[in-house]
Amino acid sequence: MTHDSISKMKSALVMRSRIIQAIRDFFVDRGFLEIETPVRIPVPALELHIDAISSDGHFLRTSPELHMKRLLAAGYDRIFQIGPCFRRGEKGRLHNPEFTMLEWYRLNADYNDILVDTKMLVAFLAEKILGGASVVFQGRKIELMPLWECIPVDDAFVLHAGWSPVKRFDADRFDMDLLEKVEPNLPSDRPVVLMDYPAEAAALARRKPGRPEVAERWELYIGGMELVNAFSELTDPVEQRKRFEECAEERRKAGRDVYRLDEEFLQSLEKGMAPSGGAALGLDRLVMLLTDSAEINEVRSFCH
Amino acid sequence: MYSVGDLRKGLKVEIEGVPYVITEFSFLKPGKGQAVYTCRLKNLLTGSAMTKSYRSNEAFGEPNVEEKHLRYSYKEGEDFVFVDENYEQINISAEILGDSKYFLSEDMPVDALFFNGQAIELTLPFFVEKKVIQTDPGNRGNTATNVMKPAKIEGDYEIPVPLFVKEGDVIRIDTRTSEYVDRVK
Repeated sequence: MTHDSISKMKSALVMRSRIIQAIRDFFVDRGFLEIETPVRIPVPALELHIDAISSDGHFLRTSPELHMKRLLAAGYDRIFQIGPCFRRGEKGRLHNPEFTMLEWYRLNADYNDILVDTKMLVAFLAEKILGGASVVFQGRKIELMPLWECIPVDDAFVLHAGWSPVKRFDADRFDMDLLEKVEPNLPSDRPVVLMDYPAEAAALARRKPGRPEVAERWELYIGGMELVNAFSELTDPVEQRKRFEECAEERRKAGRDVYRLDEEFLQSLEKGMAPSGGAALGLDRLVMLLTDSAEINEVRSFCH
Repeated sequence: MYSVGDLRKGLKVEIEGVPYVITEFSFLKPGKGQAVYTCRLKNLLTGSAMTKSYRSNEAFGEPNVEEKHLRYSYKEGEDFVFVDENYEQINISAEILGDSKYFLSEDMPVDALFFNGQAIELTLPFFVEKKVIQTDPGNRGNTATNVMKPAKIEGDYEIPVPLFVKEGDVIRIDTRTSEYVDRVK
């Protein structure tokens, strides 16, 4: 990065600092405890399509999720964290191998409670940072408040891709159609929440009580960018172990690195964990939105 | 072989025996989903473009392409003769050269791209200077700035020039677009 481009990004970095400060104010005012969990960890969370960067016998975290849930299980009822995460090979307009994540979790809550938090956070930031409820992003005006459009994933697929992933899941088709048919057709003048993913795309979310074919997971899109992923957390140790094992097997078949199961995390679930909800927000993308920046490297001081 | 992780703008890849250059590249990844690598690809043989999306398990060939710095020497029948840095003669057909053939002049440095030993693309200096051999006098009454008239230049090529350009003037031409840029003298 040249001296000139670093100078040019100063206004974005000033905004970034104000946004981070405002996020801290928001959560601390609501009784959340700011915590820091290790960045260099013995074993990363097993996810089918996320690869970790190794670090001298350890790994750099791809997300702080498992450590934060161990704190939840130990009774820390409202926690948040802002910090670096690393994912191997992810580089593009919206991706950088090192990026900054905001995660927060609540005990005795589910993904609906987390959606309320998210709406209040966006409203708070809009008022504090933009002085209003709308933002212009890449030439388009977005009304951030008050109406958010919540669309079940299945409805969005039936409407825009012509098939139902809940009736019959096809992993390859799901990802491709999500990017090429569903996302481009979502409303772009207000925030959109895709809710209730097929159970096969649940990741670490619990199945919906009474509707086991879907998982309690949502994703927030603003300005066409995927900004937040949230779950009603899976707290069942048996199901969690099974999903990790299936994921490890799929990774083995696909020729990807297979990480061992995080037994300490599984033990904390086995001791019993109350229902809880949590979310991960891509902080760089939030700064892009609020500063009308087209690329992630315009809002991070250095990108490697 | 290249894997999708190697893809980037400017990389040359071979797909089903055809060499391509990546002119645009994007990495997209839905949350928890698999990455999609979308490329705008230019066919180096035909110049045509296409957009393709790939998954993480794709592999691409490395085309046997080589770039050489050549100098133009002379025309020989339908071919144009160049010399490389070792003074080896290389014949390139008029078909490969396209409009470029009108802008060559003796000893002009050019970059040539070879695929499996055959020249497939020639890049001239972006700007060349050529003398106007024949053009009608401009109509002084017409002062609109965008009015052009045809002019014949050295090498027997006709391009539109502004009305003030006269026979004997030297003009600058952009070889990428084959268009007039300005008058040198």
